[in-house]
Amino acid sequence: MRFLLVEDSEKLSRAISERLVLDGHVVDSVSDIGAAEAMLHSTEYDMILLDLTLPDGHGWDLLKSLRARADKSPVIVITARSELTDRIETLDAGADDFIVKPFAFAELEARCRAVLRRKRGDASNKTALGNVEFDTLEGTLSIEGKSTSLRNQELRLFEALFSAPGRLQSKSFLLDRLFAFGSEGSDNAVEVYIGRLRKKLAQSNLEIETVRGRGYRLNICE
Amino acid sequence: MRFHHIANLLAVVLIVLARPAQSLDIEAEKHFPAVFDGAELHILSTADLDIFTPIITGFQHDNPEISVHYTVASSLEVFNAVYTDSGRFDLVISSAMDLQTKLVNDGYAQSYDSSQITGLPDWAGWRNQIFAFTMEPAVLLISKVALDGLPVPSNRSDLIRILRENPERFRGKIGTYDIRSSGLGYLFATQDSRSSESFWQLMELMGQLDVRLFCCSSDMIARVESGELAIAYNVLGSYSNAQTSPLEQNVQVVSLTDFSTIMVRTALIPATSKNAAVSGKMIDFLANLDKHPDIIDATGFSSIKGSNLTGGESLNTIKLGPNLLVFLDKLKRLRFIDAWESSIEQH
Amino acid sequence: MNILTTHSIRRRLVFQLSIVAALLSVLFAYSVKVIGENTAQITQDQVLASAATSIADAIRSESGELVVDIPYSAFSMLGALSDDRVFYRIDVGGEAVTGYEDLPVELVPESVGQPSFSSTQYRGAEIRIASVIRPLSTLERSVGAVVSVAQTRSGFNEVTSGVRTIATAVGIAFFATAVVLVLLAAQSAIRPLQDVSTAVERRGPRDLRPVNEKVPSEIAPLVTALNRLMVRFSKALDRSEDFIAEAAHRIRTPMALVQTNAEIALRTTKSTQSRRAIREIIEAAEETSRSARQILDHATVGFRTDHLQRQEVPVTALIEAVLDRLLPVAEMKGIGISFQGPAENLICAGDPVLLESALGNVLDNAIKYSPHDTCVTVSAESDGDWIRISVEDEGTGFPVAEIEGLADRFTRGSNAEGTIGSGLGLTIVSDVLVAHAGQLEIENSKEGEGACVSIILPTS
Repeated sequence: MRFLLVEDSEKLSRAISERLVLDGHVVDSVSDIGAAEAMLHSTEYDMILLDLTLPDGHGWDLLKSLRARADKSPVIVITARSELTDRIETLDAGADDFIVKPFAFAELEARCRAVLRRKRGDASNKTALGNVEFDTLEGTLSIEGKSTSLRNQELRLFEALFSAPGRLQSKSFLLDRLFAFGSEGSDNAVEVYIGRLRKKLAQSNLEIETVRGRGYRLNICE
Repeated sequence: MRFHHIANLLAVVLIVLARPAQSLDIEAEKHFPAVFDGAELHILSTADLDIFTPIITGFQHDNPEISVHYTVASSLEVFNAVYTDSGRFDLVISSAMDLQTKLVNDGYAQSYDSSQITGLPDWAGWRNQIFAFTMEPAVLLISKVALDGLPVPSNRSDLIRILRENPERFRGKIGTYDIRSSGLGYLFATQDSRSSESFWQLMELMGQLDVRLFCCSSDMIARVESGELAIAYNVLGSYSNAQTSPLEQNVQVVSLTDFSTIMVRTALIPATSKNAAVSGKMIDFLANLDKHPDIIDATGFSSIKGSNLTGGESLNTIKLGPNLLVFLDKLKRLRFIDAWESSIEQH
Repeated sequence: MNILTTHSIRRRLVFQLSIVAALLSVLFAYSVKVIGENTAQITQDQVLASAATSIADAIRSESGELVVDIPYSAFSMLGALSDDRVFYRIDVGGEAVTGYEDLPVELVPESVGQPSFSSTQYRGAEIRIASVIRPLSTLERSVGAVVSVAQTRSGFNEVTSGVRTIATAVGIAFFATAVVLVLLAAQSAIRPLQDVSTAVERRGPRDLRPVNEKVPSEIAPLVTALNRLMVRFSKALDRSEDFIAEAAHRIRTPMALVQTNAEIALRTTKSTQSRRAIREIIEAAEETSRSARQILDHATVGFRTDHLQRQEVPVTALIEAVLDRLLPVAEMKGIGISFQGPAENLICAGDPVLLESALGNVLDNAIKYSPHDTCVTVSAESDGDWIRISVEDEGTGFPVAEIEGLADRFTRGSNAEGTIGSGLGLTIVSDVLVAHAGQLEIENSKEGEGACVSIILPTS
């Protein structure tokens, strides 16, 4: 996905970008409203992350001008201010959601997913691998027309494996994916969810291979 | 001036007062020994011994440990004795309520209070020091023989008319008290004079008819019985009741209906008595004579409690109190006796 | 807090006024006594004087001689008054002619019609003597007659002792009445003070508006000073609220940096030891941010509850908004949220921001303490007077030892000082509900699994 990050704290901006890139996203980061407007004129973004306190104005100003010209780009406001007082006003100004600093990336991801799901409407966003169609937003697998939904932890694991089929994913990496969502984080937990995924993939030509002592790999069986 | 002539007159209180105590003129005296050894009660009284004996007997029946010494004297003697007494008597009983009152007023009596005397009417006592226990009306005695067919007078007007119409029948045959020598006679006369002007008419009329004067009721009763007197005025009713019962055929006792002066017999405890508790017992006994009908019968006394005296408003009861001192005033007395004498001895 | 107190105003008022009342009572009783005794004295004197006068009037000249004829009524009028003993003495031309010649007549009236009175001892008793003088003339000469009538004083003493008893009783009654009135007066005098303190005490914990009660001028300076203090205190509180908000704000951006960088580090490091440390950093950062949010919320809630502005709040829509907001968070923990809304539209009066915050905190707690793959059930119902919004989870429930304390602290509306974490969250909920006259119910669900927290609000 392509993100526009509008954040005036240089260090935080860099860290968030780095973190998003780690998940395979593309990030343009700017530090004021002027730069953001410039970027928005030239590029279309899947998601705009907007800080409210900016050196040349309030984040609401950008939001309002965006909505005034009927730009429906999804916007999640990131703020350090009180959620209670600012939230309604921010939503009224046209934001799609609202996240308060500091946040766990997992929450940001969950909110992005929810916003995109809402924005997308009926349009599908499916990726196929083997005989499996994976809808990342809905978290559903479709195997030869038969649909199965993935629970959250299963989804997170499957996403990691699905994004790089044939590559070995270390157990600790996978564990971190779970952990980021508040799981207790024992190695056993990874084994439990891998087991569940294997059951749901039983009718497909995808297979999760265990590489003893190192991790797991998603293979396509021909 | 008239004031200086008082010493010449008889029976003037202050002259009596001046006499020494030892010279008490005793009429009678009797000792009633107790059944058990005990207290001794000295009574000084004006009541005749034989009249009072049933009372003492009754009293000793209730209080067998008390011996009674009973002394009889005239009312002035009694008064004088107490005025100068140094503790000889424990109880003083007198028919002269004015003198008794003076004893109380001048501080010669002591107070006594008991639940036994609470039933007495208000006028029958004063200062908790003097207690009345009998009611005795002054009555008219008539010899039936002497009256001989004349209507019995029921009031003073009748009496005056009968005397006027029959002067010869009654001349020298009318008796009344000599108020100069009888305290009770003086009391009756003064109270009569307060009640009605007819008293003075009566006295004048009696004077014209050569009235005979007596010291005591008993003398008059005896003479009416014997027919020597046709009429005796202001006789003590109780005495006549007691004395005339066997001779009812000749003596008629008349309570005059215009008014009847009531004498009350009173008791007091001399201030000098050291035996007040015993005296109190006798006062309680006297105040409740109505509970002893036998004694009432024997004495002829009419007890104040449960009195059967009738006559309503014509009963002239005299309230015990300082009013009784008025006629004891020496000048008042002088004047009254003067007036009385001039009525009786006018011709 | 202990306040150094001097004697209370009421006690001081009561004490001082009671002393005044006591003095007045004594004065009053004394006046009654004096007046009563004087009246008794005058009564006795008048009777004595009229007795003496009636005797003097009865002295007359008869054929050149003076006649003293005491009227019977002279003494009976004395007897009617009391049981006292009576003495008299009549002097003509300076010489006693009758009566008690030793009666000590010390004071002879100076003029006719002007009786003289004196008190002395005679025959062992105290007596009162009245004397009148009457000029007489015979053919031979003119002389003066002095009539003195005396009476002992037991009747008088009886009357005066009765008067003293009455005076004492009147004094005591006067005093008792006065004390009751004093108590009432003292009560009413300090009532404005009590009214002010009640008005101040009834306020919300952060209501620092000036006191507007009408007060007597005497305590106006006190109230003015109090109001000034309120203003200063209010400013100080606003400053500290601003400070808290600012502090929370300042913490947030660096914390976000810490958390983001820690997450990056976790993704990139291979060392098991470092990973554990980084995880702990992330956990701590999350907890810190949660606390910071709650502290800030608490400050905001405090401000808004003190200036509560009510509007009609559609409860179902409110719940749905809160659910929308928390659904992503629940989802990422694999927690389902179900909502059983009522058929009818529930409306309550209140501040929607506060009510959202309250429900958000309850739901946030439920999500935080729910295990993965469980469900949180939100339900709303109304019995006409009350709206009950319940949030039930399938977690471990509240520790039994804690639940009573929590319930006590919050359901009774007392402030939970110094509680952080879930406690602070519940404090916010409780503060909001107290401001809305609602109630908070905390219990473990009947099945023994999970907690059930209910928000109870009055319908509008």
